[in-house]
This record gives sequence, C-alpha cells and structure tokens, in this order.
Amino acid sequence: MSTTSQTQNLTLVQAVRDGLYTEMSADEDVIVMGEDVGKNGGVFRATEGLWEEFGDDRVIDTPLAESGIVGTAVGMAAYGLKPVPEMQFSGFMYPAFDQIVSHVARLRNRSRGRFTCPMVIRAPYGGGIRAPEHHSESKEAFYAHEAGLKVVIPSTPHDTKGLLISAIRDPDPVIFLEPKLIYRAFRGDVPEAEYTVPIGEAVTRREGSDVSVFTYGAMSRPTMEAAEELAEEGVDCEVIDLRTISPLDRDAIISSFKKTGRAVVVNEAPKTGSIAAEITAIVQEEALLYQEAPVKRVSGFDVPYPLYALEDYYLPNAARIKEGIMETVEF
Amino acid sequence: MVSIDIETEDGQKEALRRMMLIRSFDDTAGTLFADGEIPGFVHLYIGEEGVGVGACAALEPDDYITSTHRGHGHCIAKGLEPQSMMAELYGKRDGYCNGKGGSMHIADVDAGMLGANGIVGAGPPLATGAALSAAQKDEDRVALAFFGDGAVAQGQVHEAINLAATWDLPAIFLVENNQFGEGTPVEKQHNLENLSETAEAYDIPGFTIDGMDITAVYEAVQEARERARNGDGPTFIEADTYRFRGHFEGDQQPYREDDDIQEWQSRCPIDSFASRLVDAGVMTDDEVESLRAEVDEEIAAAAEYAQNADEPDPTEAYDDMYAVSVPELTMFAGRSVRADGGSPTNTDQ
Ligand SMILES: Cc1ncc(C[n+]2csc(CCOP(=O)(O)OP(=O)(O)O)c2C)c(N)n1
Ligand SMILES: [Mg+2]
Repeated sequence: MSTTSQTQNLTLVQAVRDGLYTEMSADEDVIVMGEDVGKNGGVFRATEGLWEEFGDDRVIDTPLAESGIVGTAVGMAAYGLKPVPEMQFSGFMYPAFDQIVSHVARLRNRSRGRFTCPMVIRAPYGGGIRAPEHHSESKEAFYAHEAGLKVVIPSTPHDTKGLLISAIRDPDPVIFLEPKLIYRAFRGDVPEAEYTVPIGEAVTRREGSDVSVFTYGAMSRPTMEAAEELAEEGVDCEVIDLRTISPLDRDAIISSFKKTGRAVVVNEAPKTGSIAAEITAIVQEEALLYQEAPVKRVSGFDVPYPLYALEDYYLPNAARIKEGIMETVEF
Repeated sequence: MVSIDIETEDGQKEALRRMMLIRSFDDTAGTLFADGEIPGFVHLYIGEEGVGVGACAALEPDDYITSTHRGHGHCIAKGLEPQSMMAELYGKRDGYCNGKGGSMHIADVDAGMLGANGIVGAGPPLATGAALSAAQKDEDRVALAFFGDGAVAQGQVHEAINLAATWDLPAIFLVENNQFGEGTPVEKQHNLENLSETAEAYDIPGFTIDGMDITAVYEAVQEARERARNGDGPTFIEADTYRFRGHFEGDQQPYREDDDIQEWQSRCPIDSFASRLVDAGVMTDDEVESLRAEVDEEIAAAAEYAQNADEPDPTEAYDDMYAVSVPELTMFAGRSVRADGGSPTNTDQ
C-alpha cells in the first residue's frame, strides 16, 4: 500500500460500496447481483452508482429469488466469474440456505478441488433498527457451523473495505455479514487505494491485563464503551474484535486468555449454540490451566428477535456488558 | 354464504366501507410512521383495496387466507379489528400477536387469517397445507393465498401451486400484480406477458383480471371458490393493480414517474366503486362522504387506543416458545426484571 495514497472519511456502508467499486474496477470477472442492487442502488444503498459505472452485465438486478440467485452464482463461480450476490437482509437468506450449505460450501471438497466456488455472499445482519425477526437477527453461527464457508463480520469502515477486498479475492466462498445498525453510525478513514485486511485475523482494539473481552460486529462499540468506563473504575479490559468468526483467530483468543485468565464474549446472537460457545470451548481446550473464572457470555436470548419494546432488553448494551465483565473479574 | 354479498345494496355499501377502512388505516399508519410513532417498516396497501376486499368478500367466513408483508388490507378485508391491528403495529400487548409480530406478522386464527408474512413467497405453501387440511377433514373451506408479482419468482410459490394442482386441493392463488417488486418492474422479473400464464405450467385455470375493479375480483374469486369446493382443484388469478405509495414508507421511488402514479390513481378502486354506487342510486354523494368520515373516526379511535395500550413486559419475550417451556428459557424468565422494579437486567443468563 502506497503511503502517499489519499484517505476518505466514509461510513461503513460507503466502505462496502467502495470495496465493491475497487474490486470491480480491478477485475472484470467480479459481478454484483441481487434484488434492486442495480438501478436502485440497493435498499441500504450499498451498491449505489455501481450500475451507472459498470452497466447491466456487471451489476445484475435479479428477480426475487434467493435460491436462484445463489445457485446461479455457484455456476458462475465454477466457470470463471466472481459473483458477489447481495441478500437484502440476512433473514432472507434461508430460501438460499440449501444452495449455501449443499453447494457453495462443499463444491471444492466434493469435487476434490477440481471445482471451486469463489464468491462473496453479502448481507446486512443484526438488530437495533426497531424491526422484528428476519430484519434483525444474528444467525452467523449457522454459517460458521458449515465447513467450507468463511464468515466475516467487520465493525469499522476501514476493516469493511479491506476485508471485502480480501473476501472477493479469496479462492473460497465467504459469507460477509454487515452490521446494519452501524452502517451509518459513524465515519472512519478509509484509503482510496486498494488494500486488504486479512481474513482470519482478529484485532486488539484495546490492550488490557484483567480480562479478555471477545466481540465482533455492532457489539464492538458498546463493548469498547464498557471497557473505557471500567478503566476509570480500575478494571483493565483487553478488547478483541474477532472480525472473522470462521475461521476463528485461535492464536489471538488463546494468547489473550493466557494473559488475563478471564474471558467474556459479547455478541447479539441467541445464546445457545452461538459462536460464544465455540470461543468458550477453545479456551477450555487450549488454556484450561490459565483459567481464573468461568467464561461469561453476554448475548441475545433464545427467542426470535423481538419487536420494539422488548428489543432494548434483548440487545446487549454497555451496562449489561459491564455487569458481565465485573461478574467475571470479581469471581 | 359469501362473506359480503356484493350483489345486494347492503353488501355493496359494506364492501365500500371495508375499502375505505383500509385506505384510512394505511393513511394513518403512514402518518404515524413518518411521525416516528410506529417503528420498523410499514408497507401500505393503498391503491390495492379492491383486490383484498373483492377477494375476501367472495370467500366464506370460514375460509382461510395467507397474506404478505403488505398485509393490512388483507386483514381488514378478512374482518380483523383495526384497533388490535393498530396495537400490533405499535408492538403493544393488546395487538393480534401481543405485540410480538408487528406490521408484517399479523395473524388471527379465528378469522382464518394465517398470517402476514415477512418472507416473500412464504404464504402459498401454507395455503396449500390449509387447503389439504380442509380436504382431509371434509370441511367446506378453501384457502386463498395472496402474493405479489415479485413473489412469483420464488421457488416455493411454484412448489405450492404444483402440490395443490397435483392433489386437486381447494386452493386459490391470487397474485396482486402491482407492477413492481420493490423497485424492479414486473417485466424485468418475469418472461411472461401475463403472470396468469403460470397456470398453464400446472394445467389449472388462470385468469388476468382488473384488480382496480372490486366486482371483477369478486366474480373471479367466487368462480374459483366454486371450482375448489367442487373438487376441481386450484385456480390462479392475476389481479392487475398498483400501489399508490412507495414500496415501504420512506421509499424515494426513483424507479417510477409521477405520471404513471397519477394515471393509476385516476382508476382508484374506492372512488370508482363509489361513483358507480352513486350512479346506480345505491348511495348519494353525501352518504359516501359521511361513510368516509365515519371510517376515519373509527381509525383515529383505533390509533388512539393503540397509543395508550400497554407495552408487553420484558418477561413476555419468553412466553409461547414451546407448549412446555425448556430449562434455558425458564431460567431467563425468572431473572430478567430487577427486584427493585427498576430497569431490567438480562446479565444473569
Ligand atoms: C425472501 C425475501 N426476500 C426479500 C425480501 C425483501 N422484500 C420485501 S417485499 C419485497 C418485494 C416484494 O414484491 P412483490 O411480491 O411484488 O410484493 P409487493 O411489495 O409489490 O406487494 C422484497 C424484495 C423478503 N421480505 N423476503
Ligand atoms: Mg409487487
């Protein structure tokens, strides 16, 4: 990356667009497709202006058919294109679930590497926008459970562009989940030039010695807030933003845990069977003798994502995260 | 017996009133949404009232329907109460789903309304199943699925039609072709001139009708119902219509021209039916206007009721997950409200 390159101050959703634009400019095999992604620029405007720039063949408005979109993308990917299908909301991916699990994830292995499936399935995910169920849920664990897929969840504009470019260049399929709550919540510096952020690498957002707090996506912000408030109260949190939840950055998780001996996982997914359980298992398997306290999960609940009035209780916030951290610290 | 006999004058007035009720409900919902009163997303049915009311009028009260994300009109047409619907839009406890469903998930067992649906294309298979249940139990009921032109591209819609056709089920598939799926025009989504040609693939009757004309819809559905109950299987009806508002409230609508909207607005299903009733001497202009005022009052009262209704308690989030709750939920449920009655905490999970 050249040091003289310009930076722009972008929101997370603008960084998505910028990442798509950058890769589409660099590689004519990259094709964006989905419902209303073309002329209308996508419901969240993540593909704004791409159709004007690259035309009908590169930015395809599809009929309303998720299974058809992803299935078509499999054939495209198998024969030389790099499709980037958009699912309007992650809750609308289920019609395509069969294609994702049965084919996207397994084509390489099933064909013993003769076929590959380089594609990026993008979808806004997560809560906080005052809409129930499909419009707000966090079901990343479904995809992390399926070997053959990579699952990426950025939390800053900078990471978003860099991870998206990595995902598009990745020889394997990537589920790219975008925390829609923070699509426009803040801006960050994003280089104009192309750059990559590696898939599978967590980042330490805050160094600390008392407790390791693992998080990702929209929960990164309230987690940082909780950590800063606790710092004033004398508790030194290490905050790790996982950025990729499959494959997990096991080294980052284990080495932070060995340093602090205490872990809290913050995510907005339902508690049972979420990625938080996987992180808990990793520290048990790899660093049991360093453990000072039970691993705490601050997460959503085992109910469908609730409506309005109940949403505030469902989503972890800084206060709840602090309580979870203190429980671990004071154990 | 049809739900509303629009061969009679009383029936005609009732059909007009239902359409007005829908218009007023959705106008109000749009305003409340713009004012930040109603959260989430609302998809308004304004312009399409003739389809919902015409179809539900021709059904018998015991018949089933499935609905869509644009479901307020279907609900009112099927006889649901505006005040409990409005409470649901507000996420209040007195709503049809106790405030858990919102605009896109209103359902009512008693009315045979199997649910609005946040998933495009998910209704038709449910209708096929409801029709199978009616057939199996020898009940004189049919199931009608409302779905959009966009939904016709979904695989599960075709699976549902194929099953119903193959098994000769008492089902009616009614496409509301409002010319767009979100911002994409119907001709960019389908290779068919008329979506009713879909019927040919399943060897069932298919018709395209004027969805702006309530009587055309009524007659088509009445015939389809007749076929269904005689054991002649499903019918596919395409009602040509138009939504006067954006796809959802807040939609900037870059994809269409004002002229087109006005052209369709001039065919407003409510105004045209009202003037037909006036011409036929069924009602006077004054009676039409006072009916409108009456309906607006009813909806204003429903909105006020909803505003003042209670929010659900946080613990209610865990209700109705299973017939018999599971340990994990029972554990949450006891702990989610602080003993001091203050702000709830959910950290003890
Ligand atoms: C499976 C699924 N994909 C996408 C969406 C997002 N979405 C909601 S409504 C809609 C368009 C529906 O078009 P149509 O079926 O014609 O119904 P209309 O809105 O015109 O009434 C889309 C794409 C969804 N709700 N479900
Ligand atoms: Mg439509």
